[in-house]
Amino acid sequence: MRLVVDLNRCQGFAQCAFLAPDVFVLHGGEALLFTSRFDEGLRDQVEQAAAACPVQAVLVDFSDEPAKGAEGHVG
Amino acid sequence: MSADADVQALRRKGRIVVVGASLAGLRAAETLRDLGFTGSLTLVGDEPYEPYDRPPLSKQVLLGMEPAEDTALPRKRDIDAEWRLGVAAASLDRAAKHVRLANGDALPYDRLLITTGTKARPWFHPEEAALDGVFVLRTRDDSARLSRKLAAGPRRVLVIGAGFTGSEIASVCRERDVEVTVAERAPAPLVGALGEVVATVAARLQRDHGVDLRCGVSVTALEGDQAGRLRRAHLSDGSAIDVDVAVVSLGAIRNTEWLSGSGLAAGPRGIACDAGCRVFDVNGIVTDDIYAAGDVARSPHPLFGYQFLSLEHWGNAVEQAQIAAHNMVSAGPDRRPHLWVPMFWSVQFGVNIKSVGVPTMGDQLVIAQGALAEERFVAVYGYRGRVIAAASFDSGKWLGFYQQQIETGASFPPDYAMVDRRTDAPQPVDPAFPDPRLPTHEPTVTLTGHSPTERCVQFIAPRA
Repeated sequence: MRLVVDLNRCQGFAQCAFLAPDVFVLHGGEALLFTSRFDEGLRDQVEQAAAACPVQAVLVDFSDEPAKGAEGHVG
Repeated sequence: MSADADVQALRRKGRIVVVGASLAGLRAAETLRDLGFTGSLTLVGDEPYEPYDRPPLSKQVLLGMEPAEDTALPRKRDIDAEWRLGVAAASLDRAAKHVRLANGDALPYDRLLITTGTKARPWFHPEEAALDGVFVLRTRDDSARLSRKLAAGPRRVLVIGAGFTGSEIASVCRERDVEVTVAERAPAPLVGALGEVVATVAARLQRDHGVDLRCGVSVTALEGDQAGRLRRAHLSDGSAIDVDVAVVSLGAIRNTEWLSGSGLAAGPRGIACDAGCRVFDVNGIVTDDIYAAGDVARSPHPLFGYQFLSLEHWGNAVEQAQIAAHNMVSAGPDRRPHLWVPMFWSVQFGVNIKSVGVPTMGDQLVIAQGALAEERFVAVYGYRGRVIAAASFDSGKWLGFYQQQIETGASFPPDYAMVDRRTDAPQPVDPAFPDPRLPTHEPTVTLTGHSPTERCVQFIAPRA
């Protein structure tokens, strides 16, 4: 499962950091850091966090459609 | 037949090619499908990875909170696309209407969207750039390599250039207890983006956190040992520093080389397009089948003197991609302008820095809330008597208000009561940008509409 936070919207209400502390952490007084990939076991927590965000800044995966067509490996 | 004449057929069975498979390309593809586009959709990306998020690469990933390969972007929906990843676009033939890939394949299109973004500006000396220990930071691979190096405990890191990326890297180094020197040619970090008044606070943050910050100097040479490992950097003030890692963070270059010879108005500053994301050709004639969005695009903005803005901002990539996608499959009168107000954020030394508007246009500045000395404040920038931008340190919740002030052309300096205002009447000062050349025209324009998707421009006739 993947997520991203629109940090332009985020105002540091920190609801997510209380509801899913393994995924969202406040860094200093206001800045939010998050882990982009999370385990299926945390899904309920993350969805609660996304729903609780007062500015709706958390986007959680709606699709796990694979991206086929990588033509080689670099790096 | 005009391109507008059969939009329904285009939506049903057109061929759309998106060159650039990152944030803008992905969000555009999702928007196209949302709008009912059922034709063929091809995404081309030069990296072998599906679209990933870049902001964590200089923050969470370098801090060791998550591996670089975990940064893939979440999907808003299925897009049923053909992915061509790991192969770059090599050229564009507008007459034949196809994109040629580096492996020789040709991709025909009815509509083309260019979202090729930027790449890190490399160190100017190729042999020095190839030394073991010299890095840039732009891609997932860059971040993974630098993260491994930082985890190995280097003796001292040199960050060349104190823009946002360079400052974030320095912040991570200190948090990981790695010694770091920052060399910046300007008088302070972030000075190009925010001006020296605010940049002075950024400089203090760096020094308070143990960064060896050296301003007003440039790095003249990187010296390696016989095994090709970086060991020393030479500065323009004649000094030298022993370092085993150097991160070149001197800004970005637009990925437009592949368009040379295409006849499009594409160059080092980006691809010129109109407010509807349609790309101009070199004659200044707008194309109707080629669009651009994200970091690589530059387009005129009515709130900022119709200057062509090119914005390396996460939020711009998302918004502009959605506008471009909408316009690609809409008839003329239904098209929308890209009227997003620029905004960005940065996290460094535990402080959340945010900005809205275009601070670099500011000719005056007031600290409207908080105080510089507390490293918690809102700086409001004025341009010819109206509010043009605001920047906040750990005060991001106020920026939505200032965005409204910018959109409505509110007068500057702000003359209303403020929460946490420290002086009776803030005295405007020069924000002290290094290059204060300003445009000479100023239209009065108001952004209206109930939601961002309904944005339109309303012209207000000047009083006689």
